[in-house]
Amino acid sequence: MAAPGNNAAELHIDPSEVKKEILNRYPAKVARRRARQIVVNKVDEGEQVPEIHANTRTIPGILTMRGCAYAGCKGVVLGPTRDILQITHGPIGCGFYSWLTRRNQTRPKSLDDPNYMPYALSTDMQEEEIIFGGEKKLKKAIQEAIELFHPKAIGIFSTCPVGLIGDDVHAVAREMEEKYPEVNIFGFSCEGYKGVSQSAGHHIANNKVFTDVVGQLEAPKEGSFRLNLLGEYNIGGDAFEIERITEACGLTVHSTFSGNSEYDEFASAHTADLNVVMCHRSINYMAEMMEKRYGIPWFKINFVGARATAKSLRKIAAYFGDATLTEKVEKVIAEEMAPVEKVRQEVEARCRGKLAMLFVGGSRAHHYQELFEEIGMKTISAGYEFAHRDDYEGRKVIPTITVDADTRNIEELTVGPDGTRFRPRKGAAEIERLRQEGFRFNDYEGLMPQMADNSLVIDDLNHYETEVLIEKYKPDIFCAGIKEKYVIQKGGIPLKQLHSYDYSGPYAGFRGAINFYREIDRLVNSKVFRFVKAPWQENPELAGSYGWNG
Amino acid sequence: MLLRHTPETITDRSALTINPAKTCQPVGAMYAALGIHNCLPHSHGSQGCCAYHRSALTRHYKDPIMATTSSFTEGASVFGGQANLVESINNIFTIYSPDIIAVNTTCLSEVIGDDLPQIINKARADGKIPPGKTVIHANTPSFKGSHVTGFANMTSAMVQYLSERSGKKIPQINIIPGYVEPSDMAEMKRISLEMGIKSVLFPDTSGVVNSPLDGKFHMYPKGGATMEAIKSAGDSTFTLALGRTASLPAAKLLDTKCKVPFECLDLPIGLSATDTFVDCLRKTAGVSVPESLMVERGQVVDVLTDMHQYFFGKKVALIGDPDHLVSLAQFLTDMDMEVLYVVTGTPAGPKFVRRIRELTGEKTIVKEGLGVDMFQFHQLIKNAKPDLLFGNTYVKHIARDEDIPLIRMGFPIYDRVGHQYFPITGYRGALRLLEKILEAILDRQDRDAPEESFELVM
Repeated sequence: MAAPGNNAAELHIDPSEVKKEILNRYPAKVARRRARQIVVNKVDEGEQVPEIHANTRTIPGILTMRGCAYAGCKGVVLGPTRDILQITHGPIGCGFYSWLTRRNQTRPKSLDDPNYMPYALSTDMQEEEIIFGGEKKLKKAIQEAIELFHPKAIGIFSTCPVGLIGDDVHAVAREMEEKYPEVNIFGFSCEGYKGVSQSAGHHIANNKVFTDVVGQLEAPKEGSFRLNLLGEYNIGGDAFEIERITEACGLTVHSTFSGNSEYDEFASAHTADLNVVMCHRSINYMAEMMEKRYGIPWFKINFVGARATAKSLRKIAAYFGDATLTEKVEKVIAEEMAPVEKVRQEVEARCRGKLAMLFVGGSRAHHYQELFEEIGMKTISAGYEFAHRDDYEGRKVIPTITVDADTRNIEELTVGPDGTRFRPRKGAAEIERLRQEGFRFNDYEGLMPQMADNSLVIDDLNHYETEVLIEKYKPDIFCAGIKEKYVIQKGGIPLKQLHSYDYSGPYAGFRGAINFYREIDRLVNSKVFRFVKAPWQENPELAGSYGWNG
Repeated sequence: MLLRHTPETITDRSALTINPAKTCQPVGAMYAALGIHNCLPHSHGSQGCCAYHRSALTRHYKDPIMATTSSFTEGASVFGGQANLVESINNIFTIYSPDIIAVNTTCLSEVIGDDLPQIINKARADGKIPPGKTVIHANTPSFKGSHVTGFANMTSAMVQYLSERSGKKIPQINIIPGYVEPSDMAEMKRISLEMGIKSVLFPDTSGVVNSPLDGKFHMYPKGGATMEAIKSAGDSTFTLALGRTASLPAAKLLDTKCKVPFECLDLPIGLSATDTFVDCLRKTAGVSVPESLMVERGQVVDVLTDMHQYFFGKKVALIGDPDHLVSLAQFLTDMDMEVLYVVTGTPAGPKFVRRIRELTGEKTIVKEGLGVDMFQFHQLIKNAKPDLLFGNTYVKHIARDEDIPLIRMGFPIYDRVGHQYFPITGYRGALRLLEKILEAILDRQDRDAPEESFELVM
């Protein structure tokens, strides 16, 4: 039998002892740094939580879960857009590894519509270009790409050596745009060494999409309640499910940044009435900038979890304040929740009290706790791979975050109102009224206020700490990514990948919740992990006597 | 149509690679490093490289791939990576306690010109490398070669740092297995054992990236070539290097450094190449081929002749790594199949092109090296449609669009298992390949047959 797992109620583990044990193994310098990134949660009145150290450098030589700025920019934010042709400028590896590995599904409107996602384009820089510069090859590559694909837009993604040798991808983009005025060409300085994690790449991506794409096209979609969905990447078809639900409610999703998205929707996103933010970490920059320039208010929502989905839909309806819309939303929720509730109860009966740990990305470690809660499971430890303090403690701490050199290296745009297109969607009085009703605009409460006291919140968890957590808590399920998956499973504990969903999904929305309940039920109640030990290992004493040697 | 934008008309490209038929050196170096027992691979550069390489290898092997990184940020890029590497070495030995760290460089550390031997010496001088522990390195900039040459470089580094010549020969043969699966490495060991030959095989990833699930995570699984074994390779009587691209450099170096004579053969994939491998082992060790191997060989010939009608005249297109392609092209030609295209993005040189043509005939179109990619491979296929494709997981897009069966071979295979556990090398491997080819061809025939000619016995 695998480790049977602890029932939450029976846990008698002092998290500060676990923390102490973790730190003991480290060289002194490492221990000092990690001590500030491992926090025993405590939520005071007014959602006051302890301070956590986040968005700081990975310790060299530590087995880390993190990736790089290129991965955050090209892989996460721009990756799901099907009709921006994406050229990686650099040696072949980066382009190769970011080729279809994130499961961003996309559904072009017709077979004639462009879909470049199955294509990995690279300048495959060679030593010669490293020595003499790669701009010439990049220009030629852009020309060849335009002749073959005739795209509307091209994004150029810089890899580590590009920054070092000083190739000016932005100048190349400008020059090629003059030559091909029908193509919008823009570059991203997302060299892998920028910042301390993928997060730097998100910021770089947001800045460029905001300056070079958003606002390029005046093509508002029809609909009375038009919104942009920010920070949804259509992993495993999540966006399809959200689109299904919002459509049923009578809402118009003008654009998704960037699941199942296309260029024209980005370009005209400034015409929408509202921005809602799913993954705060990857895209809060965009929401902020769009509000300042175009007057579009934003608030945080969450479509992961059935109750969270219902809550988010109600919140959106309340913002628009239209009786017909509210009625329709309530009808959809009622219809959708019935089958969800049936499966939920069935699954809860088998999952209640089981323990989960979540260490993923920038928001999933938060959002998925709601799904676990719905089937009675408790999250005893969680943390982010590339978050900042505000993702943990809430946006109210932003003014107190010290800006270090690594963050300062990422450009921060100064954005003011657009001369002609700034249009506040709601008057000050209306906004104030909504605030009075409990609406929290421009806010994110963060992960920690929602987690139980005494749970362990760990930023930038590494392999060794994972081993200690597993040994001490024996969780029933661990959620992380592909690099962690088999490490955990060799120990006989199921791991659910929450970046790729283990090639399953969708998990967002109502049907997604059903998928997830069933998936977790399968994992925590699976028969297969019972085979980890052979029968003779369970009972090693020689007891038999009926033998040929007897 | 997934690849709807790929036109049939082939136009020249000189700068743009579309859907690469190779990846970068460090991932191959990391894989090779995992083939040393108690070794932690370390990637010297920005952390994204290490994350990408670990992810790619994990998806391929579905097993833990442990490796650390120097985690460069902007500062290291400007001031050099020495401080990061020295700190890494200290942290790695303190926290993870491997016997050996195998460092590979990346684009970034190569461009800034970090001098790895000097940094390793500095770490030793600073007392960051505990007594009895070892750090080796390979230069693997991604703007040169491919994952295959990266593998070759790390294999050479093992010789460079570890192999020694004591002056006393040991009756053993070195086998440098090439960039193959752990199952293939195990098969090569088994064959030599079957022949009663003591062999030193390195790198050896068997048992490391296909380790059993036993309820406990082992940072360093039981497999891998031990440092002692690699050290003793300098005293072996002979070296068999399998595959020019992946294994020849290490064999040459071992000859130069320790005076171990070598022969470089094709990878033992298929009948002829396995025959050559077995024959070379036989002659070198002065042993006879045991009956057990003769039975295995005879079974391959049996299936080949029994099912020849299904192989004969079938047209195939191959894309992958040069060493695999040579042996596979030979096997398919042995079976009387027609090899239309042989394509690799790895720079393999004119010798590779000549060798393929020698095996398959002048009609075969061979493409290798810079600017050669899957986009071009797909365009070739649109021009003359083969019956069967061989290639990695990414070829499945082409296979679906063109409705041609695909046999997965090479790196990476993200969407199927088996390659970790079942060899394609040796006679058993040949039998497995035959089975795969037949399944593909016969499934297709069944699917396409009109009802009146849907056969029960085939």
